[in-house]
Amino acid sequence: MRRVTHRAGALALAAPLALAPALAFAAGAVEGGPKQATNWSAISMFVVFVFLTLGITYWAASRTKSAAQFYSAGGGITGFQNGMAIAGDYMSAASFLGISGLVYLSGYDGLIYSVGFLVGWPIVTFLIAEPLRNLGKYTFADVASFRLKQTEIRVLAACGTLVTVAFYLIAQMVGAGALIQILFGLDYWIAVVIVGVLMIVYVTFGGMLATTWVQIIKAVLLLSGATFMALAVLWNFGFSPESLFARAVQVHPKHDAIMAPGTLVSNPVSAISLGLALIFGTAGLPHILMRFFTVADAKAARKSVFYATGLIGYFYILTFIIGFGAITLVATNPDFLDPAIAAAKGPLAAIKGGSNMAAIHLANAVGGNLFLGFISAVAFATILAVVSGLTLAGASAISHDLYATVFRHGNANEQDEMRISKIATIFLGILAIILGIVFQKQNVAFMVGLAFCIAASCNFPVLLLSMFWKGLTTRGALIGGFLGLISAVVMVVLSPSVWEVTIGNPKGSAPFPYENPALFSMAIAFIGIWLFSVTDKSARAATDRGGFEAQFVRCQTGIGASGASAH
Amino acid sequence: MAIPRYEDIEKNPKYQQLVHERLTFGWTLSIIMLIIYLGFILVIGYAPGVLGIRMGSGVMTVGIPVGVLVIISAFVLVGIYVMRANATYDSMIRQIIEESR
Repeated sequence: MRRVTHRAGALALAAPLALAPALAFAAGAVEGGPKQATNWSAISMFVVFVFLTLGITYWAASRTKSAAQFYSAGGGITGFQNGMAIAGDYMSAASFLGISGLVYLSGYDGLIYSVGFLVGWPIVTFLIAEPLRNLGKYTFADVASFRLKQTEIRVLAACGTLVTVAFYLIAQMVGAGALIQILFGLDYWIAVVIVGVLMIVYVTFGGMLATTWVQIIKAVLLLSGATFMALAVLWNFGFSPESLFARAVQVHPKHDAIMAPGTLVSNPVSAISLGLALIFGTAGLPHILMRFFTVADAKAARKSVFYATGLIGYFYILTFIIGFGAITLVATNPDFLDPAIAAAKGPLAAIKGGSNMAAIHLANAVGGNLFLGFISAVAFATILAVVSGLTLAGASAISHDLYATVFRHGNANEQDEMRISKIATIFLGILAIILGIVFQKQNVAFMVGLAFCIAASCNFPVLLLSMFWKGLTTRGALIGGFLGLISAVVMVVLSPSVWEVTIGNPKGSAPFPYENPALFSMAIAFIGIWLFSVTDKSARAATDRGGFEAQFVRCQTGIGASGASAH
Repeated sequence: MAIPRYEDIEKNPKYQQLVHERLTFGWTLSIIMLIIYLGFILVIGYAPGVLGIRMGSGVMTVGIPVGVLVIISAFVLVGIYVMRANATYDSMIRQIIEESR
């Protein structure tokens, strides 16, 4: 136990020095730390959250009788509610704790990283949200396969969805176990099982309606908690950012360097590749895309991204203040530091539990034990909301895309499809628990990055071209999409963060030099799709191209779009 | 309420205008966002010193407001799109559908 702790702590600290761009994804997973004494105030607040959300699930269950209600809450979510839920889906515990921890360690670099996560949203608004709502019903595969051959494209989209969801889910489960072990004093496996079981209950009984409300409540709690912390930090410095920064520069061992870009972006090719993965990955994440089907029409879809972008941008500004607050209030307080490490490496590196705990200790510093309990409960709730959204997206791909369309050729009755989706949810939940336990000791920091990269290299190109390029054919989408998916996975495995850090090969031996391959795998996908479409002379290709005009009119005007069902 | 045929909508000059305007506007805003972001990253990659220049006598550097402005620009660009779409595109679409019935 002790040895593992040290290794995890050392990894968290070594990351920014050794693996500058990989650090970006270190924020995707929460590093482990010592198991703490059972924290009763945190547990009781979390129990309140669980009862509230189970109550909502009970209410939602009575309204989740049809497939439309299960997959998309019957299209009855308002633009504002959906905006909150999207923000709730996107603001993971990893981004709250990871980015504030990154700011704590390196200052300005944390801001660069959060900017990358935000700029995908305008692109989603301008190009994806409305056409997606106008063309689709439950999953993004509805859109991608609108005029193409159903079976092939549904298989491709389901693979893209399930692989993305799997990697994202493992990272969340491992992070959840490690985090809850630190925050609540529970054993790792108990934490993973609690997360898995609750998410199965929310999704199977309450479907999209319960998942949406879990995300909304979590977004409200997280934003209120983070706002309070940022205000408390600023209050300590007379609401003068200048004095906050001045104190941080004085305290931090890197001094002035924390106010300027550091080691995160040392190689521009790597940085641009990472940026592309974040921007276009956001536009290809299945659990995010699915959220656009929960609103009544394209107008509400557009509004919901507007609210989401505002809330997420505001949240990232808060995490920046929180990170600087932690430098000034946590690294200067011996209560939060490990004396042995502090003596050897200085106070900043000595933070108990590693840099990802910066925001948690800050909560204690500004709000005492009760607020610490609140923030810990919020972090748990956050993980729960994100994994529920992911599981629902995965289960929909299995039941709606694979079962109903591929195996039953569109002849499945609604009750059977619903039953399969519930079985798929339970299956995915159990799988997530098992994988969470199997990967406990592994370094899973690369997995969130890989999920974004696959979404950007498989889901996004197929979705975008199916909506806007007449020349796209089934063969082109199928071959190009799989080339993007496979090349993304292979290049990540050959990259330093997996080849050297996870597999343990010697440093410098990684065959692929960049941390994130999106620049290359996206190019492979787009070129592949184009090449195998333009050379496609089959009869099916003529049908594919012939269907474009009608699809494009619906995409632009929304005529014939599936509407909101009555509640 | 019959759903109009897509062939009728396609022939409507207002539809052609809507598609042209909205696509041009959407892609223009997307490219602006990409230029802002990639510009930010390229400055960090090739001239990181620029963002480290101090403003005035304190420790505040140019980089902080620039970073925050990139975040705000994303929100503002979305806001501009949503305002324009609410004000013009929705009513254009309604008109087009009415005329094609």
